[in-house]
Amino acid sequence: MTRSPYFGLYLVAAVLLVLPFVLPNAFYMDLAIRMAINAVIVLGLNLLIGFAGQISLGHAGFIGIGAYASAVLTTHFNWHPLFAMAAGATASAILAALVARPIFKLKGHYLAMATLGLGIILSIVITNEGAYTGGPDGMPVPGFALFGFELSGEKHWYWVVAAVLAISIWASLNLIDSPFGRALRALHGSEVAAQVVGVDVVRYKVAIFVMSAVFASLMGSVTAHYVGFVTPGVAGFFHSIELVTMVVVGGMASVYGSLIGAVLLTALPQALATFEGWETVAFGAILVLCMIFMPKGLVPTLAAKFGRKG
Amino acid sequence: MLAQFLQFLFSGITVGATYALAALGFTLIYNASNVINFAQGEFIMLGGMLTVFFMEVGLPMPAAIALAVLVPAIVGVLVEKLAIEPAKGAETVTLIIITIGCSLIIRGIVQVWLGKNTHTLPPFTGGEPIAILGATLLPQSLWVLGVTAVVVAALWYFFSRTLAGKAILATSFNPVAAQLVGINTSWVLFISFALSAALGALGGILVAPITLTSYDIGIMLGLKGFVAAVVGGLGSGLGAVLGGLLVGIVEAMSAGYISSAYKDAVPFLLILAILFFMPRGLFGAKVTERV
Amino acid sequence: MALLDVSNLSISFGGVKAVQHVSFSIDAGIVYSVIGPNGAGKTTLFNLITSVYKPTEGEIRLDGRNIAGAGTHVLARLGVARTFQNLQICMNMSALENVMVGAHLRLDRNLLKAALRFPALKRRDAELRVEAAELMRFVGLEKYIEARADAMPYGALKRLEIARALAAKPRLLFLDEPAAGLNPKETIAVDHLVRKVADSGVTVVLVEHDMKMVMNLSDRILVLDYGKKLTEGTAEEVRRNPDVIAAYLGAHA
Repeated sequence: MTRSPYFGLYLVAAVLLVLPFVLPNAFYMDLAIRMAINAVIVLGLNLLIGFAGQISLGHAGFIGIGAYASAVLTTHFNWHPLFAMAAGATASAILAALVARPIFKLKGHYLAMATLGLGIILSIVITNEGAYTGGPDGMPVPGFALFGFELSGEKHWYWVVAAVLAISIWASLNLIDSPFGRALRALHGSEVAAQVVGVDVVRYKVAIFVMSAVFASLMGSVTAHYVGFVTPGVAGFFHSIELVTMVVVGGMASVYGSLIGAVLLTALPQALATFEGWETVAFGAILVLCMIFMPKGLVPTLAAKFGRKG
Repeated sequence: MLAQFLQFLFSGITVGATYALAALGFTLIYNASNVINFAQGEFIMLGGMLTVFFMEVGLPMPAAIALAVLVPAIVGVLVEKLAIEPAKGAETVTLIIITIGCSLIIRGIVQVWLGKNTHTLPPFTGGEPIAILGATLLPQSLWVLGVTAVVVAALWYFFSRTLAGKAILATSFNPVAAQLVGINTSWVLFISFALSAALGALGGILVAPITLTSYDIGIMLGLKGFVAAVVGGLGSGLGAVLGGLLVGIVEAMSAGYISSAYKDAVPFLLILAILFFMPRGLFGAKVTERV
Repeated sequence: MALLDVSNLSISFGGVKAVQHVSFSIDAGIVYSVIGPNGAGKTTLFNLITSVYKPTEGEIRLDGRNIAGAGTHVLARLGVARTFQNLQICMNMSALENVMVGAHLRLDRNLLKAALRFPALKRRDAELRVEAAELMRFVGLEKYIEARADAMPYGALKRLEIARALAAKPRLLFLDEPAAGLNPKETIAVDHLVRKVADSGVTVVLVEHDMKMVMNLSDRILVLDYGKKLTEGTAEEVRRNPDVIAAYLGAHA
């Protein structure tokens, strides 16, 4: 490779820098922010699904934990948003670790079921504990103030989220081409081989599951403060499926695929907003067609066509 | 005390029968193709919704029911031919996602075509509850249990006594070997998906007079049916039936004695418990990987 | 003291007694082969010693320490490496990465340091890349250094697995049918390779059907039949043993 492995990252950074000056109004800024938030979550999820070859059909549950930790702890208990965010991330990490260890000893569909079950349970808990969470209607979230500076509006949040995205891409690229990352990919390629070279397979699966859960939780908190409101849908089954769709369509085991998947599938509901009902059908059709004709996802398939590494 | 217990038991067994039929559907498809069909729940939904539709269009109930079992069977075959077969040999993640995609398509179409309202079906033979030891049992429940029992018996007979049934089982154990002795494995897949969808739809029709039906009941019912299949042991028909009844009863008991708000969470807590402590379920088989 | 000491090792699968009361010991630095007709339990024995299976009876001592059922990744830490009869290559990675992964335990596996790209980590990785390329040359795969694993032919992949095993710098290397599925020319190449590996100081334990290769390479041979130890000795002793001849050719005619 004659190019720096960070070439793509520099491109993305350039786009991120230019975007605010190019976008016509707040609506598009908002869309960009949501795309970036989803991209970070999807990056974490892709490490789990694409690189380590595991499944999570309940990841929105962790987003819910982060979002509601931020909402509830700041509103009802007067915690500082930063601590609330950390609490959410810690809770997600602990929960992920507890559930992962027994589950990762099993395979394929059992893992899918367990993560699915977990996500649904979380979503039900959030909906039911109305006294704290505002129930099915949701609850407002206070603003986020850092050292006296209040983050409000698209302009502020954009830079925060853009920075987080850039760092996440950088960290992911580093991780993949490292002993840890190779061990993960080896585990996906052949668990038996990975074990024989000394990889503690269960520990690694748990580690990456926890890491992706923390990513999701942190971004859940960010979303909560940015939007200023949370509803139980954020932890729902459909949201989990949306995220998996982004991973799968963009490209499993591809960092830039995660970006593309997040961008495309955050924009899609907007485009289909006027055709309620068809949105579901469209999502379903995209999933099916993508998996049949482009099982590796958009970016890796295109990269292979043009003869470059994905 | 007894009356209350019986009440919960009756409602648990009734809904458990639907789960059992759904679980049987999962098991059939899993045995035939190693695929977990996440669209199974939508077949259940189609059963109830299509019956409503056909009756509104003017058909008498028996005809509506017959069609509402046939059409999902056809949809099942379409799913197999258009979505599963083209992706043959793909990774587990891929197949799971494909079936989820199919479930979205089916649900979305029903949502657009038939709307988001809840509908009800008239009970098959009248709505007067029967009193038993202080608890009430709906006649419809008897229909649910009766038909399910007949169906399970028929399936048992089919798989253990007929050549066609044994052919399907053979394919599930070793598709290549089955092909080599002349079993048409495409046909086996075809039948499995059709039968599985029909079973699900039947379950949905039977229970619709009691629990109502709408475009989005498929998700929960399907997932709980899958829980039942795993509890019983993926791949075991007996396990599917017992698993379904068990899940239904545990759910009803929890809703009655502990908290009805968390009713829907119970099957998922159950599956996490099973996966943690007894992943093979009640009747599942152990497999060792050859290196 | 022998490097590896196996005593009274047994395992059953359901009703099948795959390995029964097998005992033998392997000294450091030799080439030790396990032979026997198909179904004799050779790969099962391998799987027992490398902790893929847990024995129902018996002990396996490495340097005097019982390792039965300890777990494959534990054995890697103790300097044991192996290849597989049915190739276990990570097709989703490049050839070089497959070899690099073999050195897993010799590197800093810290997640945080990796994500933050600590310079020391990066340097070690670059060194490992060079070392992995060297290993690929050692096993005769120079022309595949830039290749992806899924683009390589079967024979090359068999040698890639050996390179991966060597990347761990093991003291004990188990080779499960390294010549299976190879043509005569490739088989001779593997024969030479195993000799090179043994000469570099690694104790090699071999399961192999190719008798010429076995007789050529082995310092000692263990013969299994129906899961039981038939005999053990030098190549000459085993070659002349009438029971061995009977087991292979079937004296019950």
